Amino acid sequence: MSMTITEKILAKSSGRKVVQPGENIWLNVDVLMTHDVCGPPTIAIWKREFGKDAKIWDKSKLVIFPDHYIFTKNQQANRNVDILRQFAGEYGINNYYDVGTERYKGVCHIALAEEGYNVPGTVLFGTDSHTCTSGAFGMFSTGVGNTDAAFILGTGKIWEKVPESLKFTFNGQLPPYLTAKDLILQVLGDITTDGGTYCALEFDGEGVFSLPIDERMTLTNMAIEGGAMNGIIAADAITEDYVKERTNKPYEIFHSDSDAKYKKKFSYDVTKMEPHVAKPHSPDNLDTVRNVQGTKLTKCYIGSCTGGKLSDYKAAAKIIFGNKVKVPTFIVPASTQVAKQLDTETISGVSLRQIFENAGAEVAQSSCAACLGGPSDTIGRATDNETVISTTNRNFPGRMGSKKSSVYLASPLTVAASSLTGVITDPRDFL
Amino acid sequence: MEKIIKGKAYVLGNNIDTDQIIPAEHLVYSLTDPEESKKYGHFALSSVPPAQAGLPHGNISFIKGDNYQSEFNIVIGGSNFGCGSSREHAPFALQIAGVQAIIAESYARIFFRNCVDGGFLLPYETPAKLYDQIKTGDELELNVHDNILKDLTTLKIFNLRPLGDILPIIEAGDIFKYARQSGMIA
Repeated sequence: MSMTITEKILAKSSGRKVVQPGENIWLNVDVLMTHDVCGPPTIAIWKREFGKDAKIWDKSKLVIFPDHYIFTKNQQANRNVDILRQFAGEYGINNYYDVGTERYKGVCHIALAEEGYNVPGTVLFGTDSHTCTSGAFGMFSTGVGNTDAAFILGTGKIWEKVPESLKFTFNGQLPPYLTAKDLILQVLGDITTDGGTYCALEFDGEGVFSLPIDERMTLTNMAIEGGAMNGIIAADAITEDYVKERTNKPYEIFHSDSDAKYKKKFSYDVTKMEPHVAKPHSPDNLDTVRNVQGTKLTKCYIGSCTGGKLSDYKAAAKIIFGNKVKVPTFIVPASTQVAKQLDTETISGVSLRQIFENAGAEVAQSSCAACLGGPSDTIGRATDNETVISTTNRNFPGRMGSKKSSVYLASPLTVAASSLTGVITDPRDFL
Repeated sequence: MEKIIKGKAYVLGNNIDTDQIIPAEHLVYSLTDPEESKKYGHFALSSVPPAQAGLPHGNISFIKGDNYQSEFNIVIGGSNFGCGSSREHAPFALQIAGVQAIIAESYARIFFRNCVDGGFLLPYETPAKLYDQIKTGDELELNVHDNILKDLTTLKIFNLRPLGDILPIIEAGDIFKYARQSGMIA
């Protein structure tokens, strides 16, 4: 029977030959990831349910990245990191990446890739809705709550309903004024924030496979913004090279059968697409940059698991190089590795970090930071009735801090162009 | 599980995301300390834009003053309730505030799973758009046995979608109790 890539991976994980959309199945989990916001309550539930002698099903498969509220004086936030540290020490968790050490990585979804936990054909669960990011590696990955995570922690298993799949084919190669963010904003505008509920979003086509792996992660990262269970891109040579450099774990590459069944198929010619924004207050509130250009801004933000990767900064630096920002602009690299790359990547001999700093932008330490508002001392947080343009993934009311603020989501090119003018600006004006 | 849930309606619209249910800045409190966890109740639904808070008129606070419990124990929503982050703090906050059931057209997957697997509250689906038919403050009676919602204020009756596949987990209490009953874990 023909199956999609998601169905094939779920079949393998559940020990079946075939699975069909709508079936509830029990999966064997390959990796469980958690962080400082949801780790402590997950651990508490696991202890409550499995008692004093609670055992972790497989320590090598548990990965903990503190990343959300890191550089803050908030005592309760710091207490959460203390709980993780103590837990990792007590139970001997090798895959714990502590704050304030060389091991600290930054945002979990990017760190999972960088540290070799994303392995094609496997199943990864995390206590974060953007866990779907890992699907860029041809694997099944999705977010769960604390209770489900605690269940996995004790058993290595979890139930899931096999999703129907939506297929998005991007034909052609991206012109220089577009990034993966423009593509996914188009998708969200087309399917809306619940158009993918309980579905897999499968991305295909030259427009996807010509992208580097970190740009592909922008597509899968925002699958959840369409309500999807997972986003997925089949592994190719680029994926294999990236994975082999970071892990020697065995992997298996799956592809959708040519006659696999989809709930719906979408097709795009990327050469004809426009730079996009999602207007306040929803990621599906699609418009072209041209239609909202001139909107006055108070802040620009380039960061997060979806918009703070090396490709994002290379794109932004291309526009910012040699110019000055007109409004406060924050560069918050997703991971400490990306932060190091800001020093080593150069344009005409100038490092990306220097390009941003010379322009007057503030380069911050890696963490989730203001993408989700965070404690009041979080860098780049939206205050009062600010208007922000950001490369992050959500612009719900209050998402970046103040309930009165308005957030536009856009590509790093568009945010960079806007930072130089202080108003929403089409990147083609600078390219 | 209670078979009949009675109480007052708090009515919301479509796409109530988890940042509106419990803003991210509050995700730092303990969920296990009984006193500290009351803060989740206090800040429940605190980021819903005022005009949409308590339909049809809006501007009705879910939590009054310094309280951590709401006078409303049944939440009515539209489509895609609970979209956004995976934070289980969201159904937890509603539970601490005293909410026993939500009745909405549809739910975001993770929020729905969290309600069921954590045993926080009942996430019922309805084929009808209830937010134009039920008003905040209406007295409701939810019959979980028959999947029927009565508005005692207007005497309207609504059929709800049966809980289906997940009923055994709800009846057991949560996913751990279900797994013990079915012999999956000790």
